[in-house]
Amino acid sequence: MNIFNAINSDESPNDATLSPNHHSDNKEALLLHLADTTLILSQRNTAWCGHGPILEQDIAITNISLDLLGQARNFYQYAARVINEANALNSSTAEIANTGEGLKKASEDSLAYLRTERAFKNLLLVEQPNGDWGQTILRQYLFSQFQYLLYQQLQQSNDQQLAAIAEKAIKEVIYHVRWSSEWVIRLGDGTPESHARMQLALDELWPYTGEFFMPAEFENKASIGFELDSLKQPWLEKVSELFEAATLPSPNSMKSTFMQTGGKTGNHSEQLGFILAEMQYLQRTYPNSVW
Amino acid sequence: MNENSLIEIRQLLSTVCDPEIPVLTIADLGILREVKIVDQTIEINITPTYTGCPAMDMITINIRLALIEHGYKNILIKSILSPAWTTDWMTEAGKEKLKAYGIAPPNATPSVCEPKLFAEAEAIQCPLCNSWHTNLVSQFGSTACKALYQCEDCLEPFDYFKCH
Repeated sequence: MNIFNAINSDESPNDATLSPNHHSDNKEALLLHLADTTLILSQRNTAWCGHGPILEQDIAITNISLDLLGQARNFYQYAARVINEANALNSSTAEIANTGEGLKKASEDSLAYLRTERAFKNLLLVEQPNGDWGQTILRQYLFSQFQYLLYQQLQQSNDQQLAAIAEKAIKEVIYHVRWSSEWVIRLGDGTPESHARMQLALDELWPYTGEFFMPAEFENKASIGFELDSLKQPWLEKVSELFEAATLPSPNSMKSTFMQTGGKTGNHSEQLGFILAEMQYLQRTYPNSVW
Repeated sequence: MNENSLIEIRQLLSTVCDPEIPVLTIADLGILREVKIVDQTIEINITPTYTGCPAMDMITINIRLALIEHGYKNILIKSILSPAWTTDWMTEAGKEKLKAYGIAPPNATPSVCEPKLFAEAEAIQCPLCNSWHTNLVSQFGSTACKALYQCEDCLEPFDYFKCH
């Protein structure tokens, strides 16, 4: 892994491209969290390209990946703007901190391709393995249902750009919720085999859903305009309704209530290392390469 | 630059087409929002259709090229997310061009995807034989903006430009 070390020691992208200014830190962290989550899920879903169970569903999931990637781009572009503006304000201190050369400008690409695991703030759920089709569907459903409720709130944010991104994205998210819901029902209430697989997927993924509603410090401080845990009840209601139709166990009856956390603060499962190694390989090996 | 420049610029912009659906211009699509000249800089506001649409980058480049080729410099192209683009902004001429091209144009009343599960799909007319006996194959088609339908009468599959 010399390539990665070499780049890190010279540029320290985690330090050089992030804002030293505390006021915009929270906004920046929030945007990176939203961007990282959609990027990593997009990346996970694209692994199905060419391997989907049937052609139309292969196309469906790659379309969804593209939507998610578009959302990620919007968030990264905004984050880059916030970072660069904060750095410009703090240019004198920044220069001293970075060997007098001045900070490199952040861009959507530097944020996506040059940050390492500890800097990523995505939800743990989205970095979990694809598993079989049922597990991918369930992961998509659990996430999209949450994302829909989240964007409904973000649309009302007094941060205009954030509201605009949510307003644009939510139209697409409705397609994601509907598509994944229908599949959860088809597979949950399908054959004994498909039902068993959905049950296994549920056991595997459920412990990652608590993180949705546990705000990180930056979420509390960024004044998103609503309480993250206020989304929990509506989400549980929707999920219960769907699981009933899918003959899957109700959320109330889950064996364990233990929830995994840490994604938002950079404490990831080992999965993320492999995802980033593959996703970032090209940019790291041939820095600044463009199409 | 003056009033006449603005007219010429608008004319040039009306030649910029969607790279994926080359019969449609950016004006037909309703993604060209505003053109103005501010302090010798040409400011152009566009609104992306789908968030992940890869054609938007291409369109931005083509806008710039169209203007540079005619000697215009100082071009600022901004992507405005809000109000969000809707198929409502597609011109009637645009819809007719789509149909002639073999893609079913979006229905008159724009709707977001019906959140109700297993809801009946929108009734779409086959752009090839005009039959209304068509079936939704998938909400996700060859591009982010299109769904896949099949006609029961002429048996041809066709793309439908989704209502958004």
